[in-house]
Amino acid sequence: MSLTQLPLAEQAVLTLAALVLFTSFLLLAQNRIVSLIHTFAWQGGLLFVATCLMALTSGRHHLFISAFMTLALKVVFIPWQLRRLVVKLDIRREVETVGGPSLIMIGGGALVLFSYYVVLPIRELSFLATRNTIAVSLAVVLVGMLMIITRRKAVAQVIGFMSMENGLFFAAVSATYGMPMVVELGIAFDVLVAAILFGIFFFQLRSGIGSLDVDHLNRLHEVDR
Amino acid sequence: MIALYLTLLIPLTATLVFAVIGHWKFAGTLNLLVCIATFVTSLLCAINVFDHGPLMSPGKLFYVDAFNVYLILVNALVGLTTAIFSRPYMAHEVEIGRVDDARMRLYHSMYQGFLLTMLVALTTNNLGLLWVAVEGATLATVLLVSLYRTPESIEAGWKYFILCGVGIAQALFGTVLVYFAAERVLPGVEEALLWSVLKEHAAQLEPTVLTLAFVFLLVGYGTKIGLVPLHNWLPDAHSEGPTPMSAILSGLLLNVALYAVVRYKMLIEPALGNHLPGYLMMGFGMLSFTVAGILLHRQRDIKRMFSYSSIEHMGLMTLAFGIGGPLATFGGLLHMIVHSLTKSAIFVTVGHAAHVAGTQSIDRIRGLIRTQPAIGWSLLLGTVAIAGFPPFGVFTSEFLLFSATMKSWPWLVIPLLLGLAVAFAGLFRHLQPMVFGEPPQGQRPVRANLLPVLLHLLLVLWLGISIPDVLSRWLDQATIMVVGKGVL
Repeated sequence: MSLTQLPLAEQAVLTLAALVLFTSFLLLAQNRIVSLIHTFAWQGGLLFVATCLMALTSGRHHLFISAFMTLALKVVFIPWQLRRLVVKLDIRREVETVGGPSLIMIGGGALVLFSYYVVLPIRELSFLATRNTIAVSLAVVLVGMLMIITRRKAVAQVIGFMSMENGLFFAAVSATYGMPMVVELGIAFDVLVAAILFGIFFFQLRSGIGSLDVDHLNRLHEVDR
Repeated sequence: MIALYLTLLIPLTATLVFAVIGHWKFAGTLNLLVCIATFVTSLLCAINVFDHGPLMSPGKLFYVDAFNVYLILVNALVGLTTAIFSRPYMAHEVEIGRVDDARMRLYHSMYQGFLLTMLVALTTNNLGLLWVAVEGATLATVLLVSLYRTPESIEAGWKYFILCGVGIAQALFGTVLVYFAAERVLPGVEEALLWSVLKEHAAQLEPTVLTLAFVFLLVGYGTKIGLVPLHNWLPDAHSEGPTPMSAILSGLLLNVALYAVVRYKMLIEPALGNHLPGYLMMGFGMLSFTVAGILLHRQRDIKRMFSYSSIEHMGLMTLAFGIGGPLATFGGLLHMIVHSLTKSAIFVTVGHAAHVAGTQSIDRIRGLIRTQPAIGWSLLLGTVAIAGFPPFGVFTSEFLLFSATMKSWPWLVIPLLLGLAVAFAGLFRHLQPMVFGEPPQGQRPVRANLLPVLLHLLLVLWLGISIPDVLSRWLDQATIMVVGKGVL
């Protein structure tokens, strides 16, 4: 069955999935901190739209609650807080040079292929759209991990971390119409607390090592030297 | 049922109360009292389960059976004894000016918060909530790791946060996949993550999805267990955080993460019909065991050294549950208890030893047995116990485990024995001068409360000499739950 034969709503969800993956690549490549935060907010916005769409088509109305939690947390609160911290710590104008950008992008592409490959065995049991969205969300998670590995600035790592959470959320929403409510609430609470803790850590890093560059974190070793 | 609710409500209330009222003179005592209360309720809960079998809360949200109730009890006990230790220890830290009142408030509040998340993780029936609680444990302890605000501790805290956060995210993906598989089979969507429900329908779940899920779950929770190569955060967090944290991280958190993996294994292995999860766990376990044993030798920080010993023992337990079979599982369950008790006792002693010497560096901790014999002897006995000498309980569990390995994987016994010898050599090489060496000038005994150490070591000794009938029957019930067949 080809993509065009799917119902319109599913096609829309697939398009949104593609866009979410696209923003995740944008995050990987973006080197200005403020733009990074904005891109992250856009990713959250896409998730919000996707969740609302799923809620409408599937008739599971508890998804609206998840959708609005995403809107509040990932589109409004976290970007707002990150932006405020960036202004407060006066690193707005800092540009992070990403080492070997083309190589990283190729790595990201490889991760997408890998995700599709991993998801391949569950082909038999599930529908085309679901399979695609699982692969995409796994790719978003892995690209988020890649971002954490390759970035040196703490703020960028946090955004990588949060975009990983976005991938997980997208998996939960698109593959299974959302987790049970108590779990959704718990996860949202964890994300909220994590966001606040990250903010506290920025200040600790600044006062402890004098910068938000995690390259300066090199005092602890696996073995003594 | 009420006991179970109270076990969760007491630490929850305490977390909030400590966060609101802040630090004052009697906060340490109050912390202790709260831990006593939690211990009593968890004991009642355990007796209840022992008399009447598994407990299920009306909404099916909490479920306590033979497997998790004994871990709940161990959790509450270690939480209690660590609270006994933490009162004079943290008072000393305040005295020497390493922490101020605001951080003590954070410390007490998060101490209870951590215990709460651990208890929720153990009691919950909902696999999603299990994830939330384990992630919550990271969030509760992350600021405690960087409590001293030295550059090293901030580095350790950041590493802990990022590595555990990323790791545990993989576990959430695994949980989503399990839910994805369950949702197709089960009628009620709200019930599709409940462990008790999933267990009944395990055979109908789609194997390919579950295989994939287990890989993610093992990597995710494995980060928390401290399995090599995902262990990097563990020595840092243990060595830089305050010592009571190391005691409860080593004694509780690692166990709870392993518990999560074993629960999934119980679910996924019957569904797959093959032994793949077991093999994966064996591989990770063996690797951790070997690598940690070797890295033990190269440590200079006493807390780092013992955290590698934790990795080693967690590897051993993962191996035990991976091998499966009643005897190995029984050994693994017993090892969870004795390791928890011994390791937290060791960290308590190490904390005092570091206060005596004024440093955590192995090179500069010398002659403890002459400066303060009680601490010297405790450290010696604790290390003897953890190295697996008879008549301590660690010997018993390792012996059981090795006999089980001998039966099913005879060749594995050789690297296991070698690894044990290597780890033993590493521990004693460092221990000998610390305990028997020449004490440097100006070392002065500190006020130490060694009651927790005594209690833990006596318990471990008791478990080594004779496992009480109640406990052995209990562990046997748990073994039956995990592998379907008991030892006794």
